[in-house]
Amino acid sequence: MQFQQQPAQQADSLDLMVNMGPQHPSTHGVFRLVIWIDGERIVRAEPHIGYLHRGSEKLCEGEQYGQIITLFDRLDYVSNLNCELAFCLTVEKLMGLEVPDRASCIRVVLCELNRIASHMLFYGVFGLDAGAMTPILYGFRERERVQSLFERVTGARMMHNYIRVGGVKEDLPSDFAERLGELTALLRAGIDECDELLTNNELFLSRTKGVGAIGGSEGVDYGLSGPSLRAAGVAEDVRVSEPYSIYDRFDYGIPVGTYGDCFDRYYVRMEEMRQSLRIVDQAMEQMEPGPVSAKVRRIARPPKGEAYLRTESPRGDFGVYLVSDGSDKPYRVKVRAPSFANLQALQRLLRGAYVADAVVILGSIDIVLGEVDR
Amino acid sequence: MEIARGVIPLTPVSSRSSREGGRGGSGGNTPADSIFDQVLPNAVVARSSELFALGRKSSLWTLSFGLACCAIEMMSTHMSHHDLDRFGVVTWPSPRQSDVMIVAGTVVKKMAEPIKLLYEQMPDPKWVIAMGSCATNGGPYYRSYSVVMGVDHLIPVDVYVPGCPPRPEALMYGIMQLQEKISEDARARGEASKA
Amino acid sequence: MALSSLLPEVYSDLDIEIGAALDEVVVTVRPSDVSAACRIAKDDPRLAFDYLRCLSVVDYVDRLEVVYHLFSLGRLHRLVIKAAAPPDSPRVPSVVSVWKGADWFEREAHDLFGVVFEGHPNPAPLLLYEGFEGHPGLKSFPFHEYDEW
Repeated sequence: MQFQQQPAQQADSLDLMVNMGPQHPSTHGVFRLVIWIDGERIVRAEPHIGYLHRGSEKLCEGEQYGQIITLFDRLDYVSNLNCELAFCLTVEKLMGLEVPDRASCIRVVLCELNRIASHMLFYGVFGLDAGAMTPILYGFRERERVQSLFERVTGARMMHNYIRVGGVKEDLPSDFAERLGELTALLRAGIDECDELLTNNELFLSRTKGVGAIGGSEGVDYGLSGPSLRAAGVAEDVRVSEPYSIYDRFDYGIPVGTYGDCFDRYYVRMEEMRQSLRIVDQAMEQMEPGPVSAKVRRIARPPKGEAYLRTESPRGDFGVYLVSDGSDKPYRVKVRAPSFANLQALQRLLRGAYVADAVVILGSIDIVLGEVDR
Repeated sequence: MEIARGVIPLTPVSSRSSREGGRGGSGGNTPADSIFDQVLPNAVVARSSELFALGRKSSLWTLSFGLACCAIEMMSTHMSHHDLDRFGVVTWPSPRQSDVMIVAGTVVKKMAEPIKLLYEQMPDPKWVIAMGSCATNGGPYYRSYSVVMGVDHLIPVDVYVPGCPPRPEALMYGIMQLQEKISEDARARGEASKA
Repeated sequence: MALSSLLPEVYSDLDIEIGAALDEVVVTVRPSDVSAACRIAKDDPRLAFDYLRCLSVVDYVDRLEVVYHLFSLGRLHRLVIKAAAPPDSPRVPSVVSVWKGADWFEREAHDLFGVVFEGHPNPAPLLLYEGFEGHPGLKSFPFHEYDEW
């Protein structure tokens, strides 16, 4: 594999340029990738983003804290509750607000369910990228189940606006525990079924094993985080290294891969769903009756200052940097989106790979363009 | 009732007796008797434009073109639970063979030119569904410096589906409205040419 | 916290100011020293900040503050490095050579705030389209009420 070491600068005029996107079914949104190929090998890749740059960070400066939650919903639109949680926790950190225990438990239950829903979307789409049509139907079946529970709780399938500064919007419906029990039983079986369907498939294995590998220290250097980094053997999870909310109270495992290839990135996510279910069960056990929101003014006014908080979104390290000038609107909001940083590593992952694997490698890092471009 | 037993009556109840004595329809790969043979005369007179419209609206191929959040709901609509396939709507990756463009998500100025190009690449007749409030008028990104305030600034839109994002049922209703529009248009064109 | 007592020793060559913001240790350096400060933060085994959490720019009108949030995966401690650049010609040395992950963060900061990162290998626009005028992140850039396209 002498070719793999070839640096990007050696892309010469004989190489063929192939454009992919911005409209392409496998780019997971509007993302453009320009690759230069020599025969079947990729010599150089250049991602182009910004086709969904909506100026969210600037818009946040013109909205009150309560209104910003709706904009955060739409950042990572596959795991909305995790984004809401990140923003609300940052505001609470800046205000020094204590959240009632029941509210924290509700947040954890819903966020972990959202993680499963997000990974189920990944599962389906990744199967499609690797050339299998069936997984997406199974993945969406499970996702639809989670979404209908969300709908019962929050009133919306996707854009929930449920987690608020100081707690959550309202208490859970009276039959929540029962519904959740049904859902987790179905999900447990569903995850196993999905696992069985795709993981040991010969074709899938040969498409993903050893494809797009990256080492742990190099991944850290590129700013990889979340499952993409853990697949490379780095046991880094924000829930453990910098526990936020009440994540220090649960007992769960952090799946870690070995080779950092596409298969590891896929399988880490499959295992993570099972661990999420463990967290959901424990959080339900710890949930006691009580208030679901701290006593906060309707219009939050955090004191002058700044706060940075990291959370573990399904895609990785989702950070919010908030600067307040003491008014009811933030002075500056900066979102550190995990997909944005993960996507940078794509140039490195694609170099030397087969052109047919480009789609699989792109799928395996599970980007959401909403948070890449913001 | 047969429905209670889970069998869907394919033929009108009044003509059932004629079917039982008729040829074929007993299962396997023998086709059932045509409904036209039983309750209608063998020949149907229709304006060709309306006949074409019937074909067009029954097999709408949508350009799979997810921009943002709404794309996830559009995928949900296509997938197992809601199954848009039963309306004859198939998602297609290339604009060259598509009939309908579902603009699912926020249209950003950087994306404006590619959208126009995609629309021009689609063969006539073609329709556009603006899905969600972003594609309709900018939605939550109304004051942003980089967002186009509705895709109708770029290309003509036939059906607007409100919601942020619209539920799959809403998108399905939008598609049914588009189907109605297609046959209505054909009928109106026929009336105009007659006059 | 051990980190804040360690910093004056590690950064004895540079002109720094140590502060705090909630639970973070903040080191303010001169804009020209950013690259050196980051290099030390990564290479010094007592600090070992191998992971760039975030790179952001805040427009305080009288100054543009470039903020580096760092994290050490081995030692599990964190640090914030800040540098205040003048708003009329903000120039900060690039840290892409320290962390490869800084690449797009710097390009984005250049797009939205006009901060020039000296020595960046590919300072092309990232998020905005070609021909976009102005830097929308700045406070002087207005909100649009309506924009015909």
